[in-house]
Amino acid sequence: MVILKLAFRNITHAGLRTWLNVFILSFAFVLIIWVQGLYEGMQRQVIRDMQAIEVGGGQFWQRNYDPYDPLTLDDAHAALSSELQHLVQNGNATLVLIVPAAIFPEGRVQSVILRGIDPNQKIVSLPSQELTNKVSPGVIPAVIGSRMAKSANLAKDEIVTVRWRDANGVFDAAEIQIVAIFNTHIQTVDVSQIWVPLQRLQEMVHMPGEATYVILKQGLNNIPPGSPDWIYRDYDFLFADINNIVKSKRAGSSIFFIILMAMALLAVFDTQVLAIFRRRKEMGTLMALGMTRRWVISLFTLEGSLQGLLAILVGAVYGIPFLAFQTKVGISMPQAVEQGGFNLGATLYPVYSFKLFLLTTLFLFISVVIVSFLPTRRISKLKPTDALRGKTT
Amino acid sequence: MENAIIKIRGLVKDYPMGVTYFRALKGINLDVQQGEFTGLVGPSGSGKTTLLNIIGALDNPTQGEVEVLGYQVDKLNHKQAARLRNENLGFIFQTYNLLPVYNVYENVEFPLLLLKKSADERKEAVIQALEWVGLMDKIKSRPAQLSGGECQRVAIARAMVKNPRIVLADEPTANLDAANSHHILQTMVKLNQELRTTFLFATHDDKVISYLRRAITLRDGMIAEDKIIQTT
Repeated sequence: MVILKLAFRNITHAGLRTWLNVFILSFAFVLIIWVQGLYEGMQRQVIRDMQAIEVGGGQFWQRNYDPYDPLTLDDAHAALSSELQHLVQNGNATLVLIVPAAIFPEGRVQSVILRGIDPNQKIVSLPSQELTNKVSPGVIPAVIGSRMAKSANLAKDEIVTVRWRDANGVFDAAEIQIVAIFNTHIQTVDVSQIWVPLQRLQEMVHMPGEATYVILKQGLNNIPPGSPDWIYRDYDFLFADINNIVKSKRAGSSIFFIILMAMALLAVFDTQVLAIFRRRKEMGTLMALGMTRRWVISLFTLEGSLQGLLAILVGAVYGIPFLAFQTKVGISMPQAVEQGGFNLGATLYPVYSFKLFLLTTLFLFISVVIVSFLPTRRISKLKPTDALRGKTT
Repeated sequence: MENAIIKIRGLVKDYPMGVTYFRALKGINLDVQQGEFTGLVGPSGSGKTTLLNIIGALDNPTQGEVEVLGYQVDKLNHKQAARLRNENLGFIFQTYNLLPVYNVYENVEFPLLLLKKSADERKEAVIQALEWVGLMDKIKSRPAQLSGGECQRVAIARAMVKNPRIVLADEPTANLDAANSHHILQTMVKLNQELRTTFLFATHDDKVISYLRRAITLRDGMIAEDKIIQTT
């Protein structure tokens, strides 16, 4: 307790030197938490949006289905297993059929994916009910995302020709009418995707009752086991890409943290080295007054470490209101963020967990203790008589 | 000399100088009794400070035996030496060596913190020590705000506050003017007489020598003269 009291007195009496170190450390502390919170918020937001719009509570995939290999799509369809049929009938799942196709907007040809979905489904928050809108006889109602509308230059109520190949390999064509255009952050349900009524698509391609994947309701318990034709894909699988992107972005940002922390820790290290150089006489005096070298080392280490502790407290004073404000108001994301590998909403809400606070606090404090201790090892070689004369041993 | 609180026999101290060494003390034999007001006098480089440092367990002898208050200083480890200094010895330095970030009260209180005295004990002892040296009005001042004489009085209060058996003073008046030197020395004489604290000086200042009751003259690392001075 004595040594703690002395160390606290020393650093508070040291004035500006202490507070500069404390400020830069606290700045690093708050900034690390802030950026980590942004990534956490980003990850959660993307996952939440994907759950709501695309992934639901998990999916069953037809065994041939590979979204990254368009050549699998022709064979990626099958009738549902009895368990999956049961889930769909009970409103706990909805099925989607995928068919590669081409559209001919303004005389151009453009490859698209036709996705058949039940217009009355409530499993994902796609505007599928728009598919019940009245259209001209023989025309297929279709819903597309804003990116698709932009790339194909399609507007609401516009009609475009679509061509596909049915289950027998025979090409057929019809006209679709855009009955709604929706906005979403999730590109995979938007870019090159055309949503049509499921039953109509099944008729078009002669695949009655068949689907490519089944989306489960969120929070569904008792998920049935997979079958040879239908493979269960859990969140770990479905969000692997997103998690990897966020992981790589975190790793990238860690360079920034390392530089920032290095600057802050260098300030502490420098102060310690300078203190040990300038305060040799004081060390000699402390030893003459009865302090052991170990006590002196502990005192100087504690002085440095207390700067870390003060930085955490100071950081908390201005950091907590700042971070709380950010959590509430969020951060407006520029359109350019779309280039970053995944899309975010117009506003990103950071998420700050207790674990994040705890780990960052521990990381900062331990780092400060280490850099505070390293220069003090010189004291262990210091002779009291040399120290009293202001000499280093 | 059976009751001597400092007993030195055959003390030799060498300092390495490249491949050779410099012999600062060459076989010192000395006894100091409780309550003495003694000075190690002599010119610069005669070994006064070296001897004082060894008695104060701040340095180790190369050869010989040094017993201070029953402790064999030459056999003490760092921890034991620190304990001896903490509990029994007070130091007064030429450059005062006050802790700059502490005020007068905190500087004087410092040795008591190391002794883990209670707050009440500390307060009582610090006030008494500051009254001895007449610095009650400067209690909140920092060393930078004090004159040299005042700083040295704080140093005396700090040395005396724990009521040590021995006070070791290395050139305590070297940085002071005559008036301050006499004031300081009178304070030390008073403490010596009232508390029976043993004072051992390293000095070549005539003003200090004039107050000594025993002057041990060192020359080239040896005791050239050991003289008891009769005072009136």
